Amino acid sequence: MSVQELEKERAPKQAAFGLVGWLRWGWRTLTSMRTALILLFLLALGSVPGSLVPQRGVEPDKVARIYEQNPTLAEWYDRFQLFEVFTSTWFAAVYLLLFTSLIGCIIPRTATYVRELRRKPPAAPQNLSRLPHFASFESDLEVEETARRLRKLRFRVVTGDGWVSAEKGYLRETGNLFFHIALLGILLAIAAGSLFGYRGNVLVVEGDGFANTVAAYDRYIPGSQVSAESLEPFSLQLADFKVAYQVAGDKKGQALDYTAHLKVNDSPDAPARDFDLKVNTPLEVNGTQTYLIGNGYAPVFKVTDGKGQVAFEGAVPCLIEDKATMTSGCVVKAPDAQPEQLGFLLRFLPTSVPLTDGTYASAFPGSLNPEVRLEGAFTGDLGLRSGKPQSVYELAPPELMKKLKPLVMGTHVPKPLAAGQSIDLPEGAGKLEFVGVKEWITLQIAYDPGRMPALVFSGTAVVAIALSLMIRRRRVFVRVKEGPDGGRVDVGGLTRTEGSAAGFAEEFADIVKVLSAGEKHVR
Amino acid sequence: MSAEQLAELSDLFVVGAVLLYVFAMIGFATELAFGRFRPGKTAAAGAGARPSALKQPVAVGAAAASDGGDAVPDAVPAAGGSVAAETRGGEAAEGPDGQPRGAARAGMVALALAWVGWAANLGAIVTRGLAVERWPWGNMYEFVVAICFAAVTAFLATQLRNNVRFLGAFVMVTAALGLGLAVKVFYTAAGPVVPALNSYWIAIHVTAAIIASGLLTMAGVAGILYLIRGDGMSRLPAREDLERVAHRAIVFAFPVWTFAVIAGALWADRAWGRYWGWDPKEVWSFITWVAYAAYLHARVTAGWRGRAATIVQLVAFACLLFNLVGVNIFIGGLHSYADV
Ligand code: HEM
Repeated sequence: MSVQELEKERAPKQAAFGLVGWLRWGWRTLTSMRTALILLFLLALGSVPGSLVPQRGVEPDKVARIYEQNPTLAEWYDRFQLFEVFTSTWFAAVYLLLFTSLIGCIIPRTATYVRELRRKPPAAPQNLSRLPHFASFESDLEVEETARRLRKLRFRVVTGDGWVSAEKGYLRETGNLFFHIALLGILLAIAAGSLFGYRGNVLVVEGDGFANTVAAYDRYIPGSQVSAESLEPFSLQLADFKVAYQVAGDKKGQALDYTAHLKVNDSPDAPARDFDLKVNTPLEVNGTQTYLIGNGYAPVFKVTDGKGQVAFEGAVPCLIEDKATMTSGCVVKAPDAQPEQLGFLLRFLPTSVPLTDGTYASAFPGSLNPEVRLEGAFTGDLGLRSGKPQSVYELAPPELMKKLKPLVMGTHVPKPLAAGQSIDLPEGAGKLEFVGVKEWITLQIAYDPGRMPALVFSGTAVVAIALSLMIRRRRVFVRVKEGPDGGRVDVGGLTRTEGSAAGFAEEFADIVKVLSAGEKHVR
Repeated sequence: MSAEQLAELSDLFVVGAVLLYVFAMIGFATELAFGRFRPGKTAAAGAGARPSALKQPVAVGAAAASDGGDAVPDAVPAAGGSVAAETRGGEAAEGPDGQPRGAARAGMVALALAWVGWAANLGAIVTRGLAVERWPWGNMYEFVVAICFAAVTAFLATQLRNNVRFLGAFVMVTAALGLGLAVKVFYTAAGPVVPALNSYWIAIHVTAAIIASGLLTMAGVAGILYLIRGDGMSRLPAREDLERVAHRAIVFAFPVWTFAVIAGALWADRAWGRYWGWDPKEVWSFITWVAYAAYLHARVTAGWRGRAATIVQLVAFACLLFNLVGVNIFIGGLHSYADV
């Protein structure tokens, strides 16, 4: 903003009453620099709780914990929408006001800018020595030659009788306008993404697959304008999952690399192609991205019931209890077991080692000596037939859990099973076999049509802000006077943007150097 | 050399850099202590004043004009005097900037020490990188060492063009404290990083963040001095000089920080499946960015220049520091796998 504009802003405004007057006053206040400043503060301040209070979209489990531990606090948080700060009404109010102010700022400034682009630099003032930068030297320099030299320095030049006026640095305003417009663009791109995009998570065990349909997701968050048919119809198969670990030194056990070997069908009738999914290389199918975001173990179990029939066989994804050793908790349910349903709580130890107290623990996250320890076996109604949705990581709802009859529990837990080993349940209730180890991965599938526009606007913003901050608008005026003993040249200069005067002294000195040099010294 | 030896060498370099920075600080402080008192405003600063040298008529001819040009130190008229000017200044009892010669000599020695310390700091980063065979900013320790390096680089690079020796003592003490903090609190043995950090994006995103943080640290130091120093006479640098140094550093750092945030979003898009998810680190980068934008706006808002703008700048700087260190320690989130 130029100094003149600032003056205008400070000038007392006439009190105009009536609705129009108030509207005009409101609009002027909203689009003033001071309001923009206050709104920027509010935007920053409003973001702070978003980092201190857990956010539903980011950490739903932590939000649930606050509800459990401190319901009153949770209620207050909820009242002020603090669990979803960035989609809250009050946060939206701040940024919408800010962007309205921004539009109100951009439009008049664009108009001024376009006018300025066409306007020629003003005539040189009479007394150049009043300008912030001034030099004077004796020379026979002529107006035409001065103009030529200044044009060579890429100034826009106007000449008159005995004076030259030159201006440069129009890109500054260009940059500033483009920067602010790009901010608006980023906001719109994000809005488009949240309306027309979707995102979902799914867990896939080695050997299994996933087809991109709403039903296949474990968790699916669509934008309000997304229909189920618009999902990109690709499918994938997890052939194999590999983790490389650091095996020695201080960081022993740290994961070095995750690779998921996928077979991907880009569409139902496209041939399968191989793809190695890694942490920093998502799979892309027509703008839909698939990311590898988690992994764990899924040991395979076989449950034989009291009648000698196989009641369950398959891989069971286990919840990680300790990230460093990948010790995991597993739940196996066999609702089809006869005569009574069977349920098991197990602990999976990828690298099982005996401890001195006779228990076992995992010593390494890789599966070097995988064993499972039976923590408890139960019989009774697991509640799976009630039709209510149930967690696969929980044996039974709490109210049913109490009614289950323990078969194996507490101090009587047997030695862990290695792959291929099995354990017979007491009372002839059946048998549990640990067949082998598979791994699971979690995928995030995301489609966001605003991604690319957001990138383009962001790139524009960076370039534009660099231009806006690095370039200064400056004017140079020259007056040549002829005297009895040779000519005298006055040079004056000023910068038109505040805060950027520093550095101009140097450039001004260079300009004076170019102008005062003899004819031959100038190329 | 083996990886262990390189890692050890890197640790030694850090200690060396701390010592050198401390000695340099003493030198710079000596220069300030024996220097002249300065008024709150410099004679030739601000848009309304003009460098006096150019006011005198300059004789015709390229040589004379070039003298006139050089005699106008760009950002620090009157209060500083450039290094080049000093060597040309003759054997007077006072330097050309009016500072006693002994003080100026202490300053020059300090500057040399600062450069050696800078080289040691660089050595620490390079040997660490060689030892771990990756970009050496994968955890808090490496990150803080790199930011200290960037802050000293920002100071020394500015010093090449304009005399900002008056800031030396304060930049040195900040860098020495930063390195000390890195060694005492954040130290992490050389080693590999988790897969998510194994990406060329670390080179782009974190490097930009480090450069911006270095510059903003220098600006922050100048801002703190601005507030400490009153308007009157003081041995501390003039307020206008401090404000100018801070403003220039921020003007340079803001686009770099903008770029760093955007590069971070691009990386998040590759690694986590969304370019922006309001993770605590993202929230604080955003807050920092908005706060510096507010500073730039404050500078052009009537009545906010000077003290108020400096306070805004320091609030923004506090946000930056909290983002670099506080978020990892107090909040966590996806970014916190860069071990504390
Ligand atoms: C969305 C939030 C905004 C951000 C992040 C932002 C950011 C910036 C930045 C970084 C600059 C410095 C560039 C420069 O000095 O040339 C700037 C300048 C400027 N902004 Fe904004 N701005 C925002 C909103 C606004 C609004 C709402 C207005 C109008 C009321 C506005 C008016 C200006 C003006 C006039 C300048 C030029 C300052 C100068 O000439 O030095 N900005 N803005």
